[in-house]
Amino acid sequence: MHFRASYAIFLRYWYLLMSTPQRLIQVFIWSVFDIVLWGLVTKYLNTFASAEFNFTTVLLGSLLFWQFITRIQQGYIMVFLEDSWTRNFLNVFASPIRISEYVAGIVASSAFTSAVAISFAAVVSALAFGLTLPPLIVPFIVISLILVIFAITLGILSTTIILRLGSSAEWFAWPVPAVIQPLVGVFYPISVLPGWAQAVALVLPPTYVFESLREALAGGPIAWEGLAVGLGLSLLYLTIAAWIFMRTYRWAIRAGAISRFGSESF
Amino acid sequence: MPALEVSKLCKNFREIEAVKDISFAVERGEIVGLLGPNGAGKTTTINMILGVLEPSSGSVTIAGHDIWQERREALLQTNFAAVYAQLPSNLTVYQSLHIFGLLYDVKDIKKRITEVLAEYDLERFADTKNGVLSSGEQTRVTLAKAMLNKPSLLLLDEPTASLDPSTAQDVRDRIRAYAHDGYGGILWTSHNMQEVTESCDRVLFVSHGRILLEGDPKKLPAQHAKKDLEELFIAVAREPLSLEK
Repeated sequence: MHFRASYAIFLRYWYLLMSTPQRLIQVFIWSVFDIVLWGLVTKYLNTFASAEFNFTTVLLGSLLFWQFITRIQQGYIMVFLEDSWTRNFLNVFASPIRISEYVAGIVASSAFTSAVAISFAAVVSALAFGLTLPPLIVPFIVISLILVIFAITLGILSTTIILRLGSSAEWFAWPVPAVIQPLVGVFYPISVLPGWAQAVALVLPPTYVFESLREALAGGPIAWEGLAVGLGLSLLYLTIAAWIFMRTYRWAIRAGAISRFGSESF
Repeated sequence: MPALEVSKLCKNFREIEAVKDISFAVERGEIVGLLGPNGAGKTTTINMILGVLEPSSGSVTIAGHDIWQERREALLQTNFAAVYAQLPSNLTVYQSLHIFGLLYDVKDIKKRITEVLAEYDLERFADTKNGVLSSGEQTRVTLAKAMLNKPSLLLLDEPTASLDPSTAQDVRDRIRAYAHDGYGGILWTSHNMQEVTESCDRVLFVSHGRILLEGDPKKLPAQHAKKDLEELFIAVAREPLSLEK
């Protein structure tokens, strides 16, 4: 692994962010919109809630953690597509960079921008809506780890679709988190889902995170067993996604898709 | 050790044979022209040399490194400039060169960037985004990027296609000086036969995925009873069978 090559991919995105205000703003704006919308909803719901239950902590806290999935997955696609939009694939892939170094550079870029965006959203949540999370440092680290790994997995799978079908397939990739969100119980327990959806939810790692999180934010015990299952599933899916991506990359090299990428000719 | 050794290279896209059993070498200090009509297999060959297209069979060795077995080592010794591979329009010239300097693991990047900016008369554009440069200026930026790592093998796909005659002449002089100073070998594709005659030590004519003719661009036309390289090119494009080796 040569970190200079991964750093080059990170630096490319850094240069773009620093030189274009609209790119910099979009890092923060969507998280803040979500927080403001749900902050107002929870404020309204709290007027009906009992003194023991705080919608702000449970719903806004869950939303903040859901940002890991959306920000990282979309950040990942964005960095990948920058090379497609500027027809730069040939220049990058004809350089000595290895595909693992390229992916590491994308992960670093998306993780960095997501960390900034989520931190900003957390500050807005605290200042505007009084969100305070209990100091559950170890559980929050495990929860974040599961979500980050799963978000990277979604990013890898999304870019695999784009690599296989061409740049026009980006419209399949952007809504992936929105498709998953209703199934993993971000705002409600999965027991309210129909039976088939509950079965699907149980194979998705974020389900274990949000079920545990709801319990913990309501003052209950940490569901370590559930988190262990979530972590195991995340790692399993990451391995499978990396394998599928590598196979697709090899196909692209055999078929000549890299040199023609962006031309929508395949 | 040659800068490039291509051996029995073949590429099939399903039933279509795009490249058929091509073999050639480029020595250090040599400029070899890869010529042929559109669709002859030149870009497919270049893509296989660059490691972005897997051959169906055959091998590519750059400065002693097999592109598929030692990809990083081979590509550290290679670079390319092509009209269809401009640098990102949303980065400045300096930023682009910095990123590609890192990708090609160039030592003392800042010094090297300063050198190539001066060499290609790009100093005043260092902080200008590639996208707002003229096509000629963009071509000079891609050439500067191609020279960043002082490659043993330089691949140039129509490097002067969008340059005015004066700038094109200047660029040709720099490229020739690079090769003849012994830095590396150059594989050059162009549709400008005058430029090829002037610049290349040897040419390979490709037609229907095969090398049809090979030789000194100044002598080859006469050997085939043609007035000049342009006339020979037209014959290769229209009546390749009449020129079979």
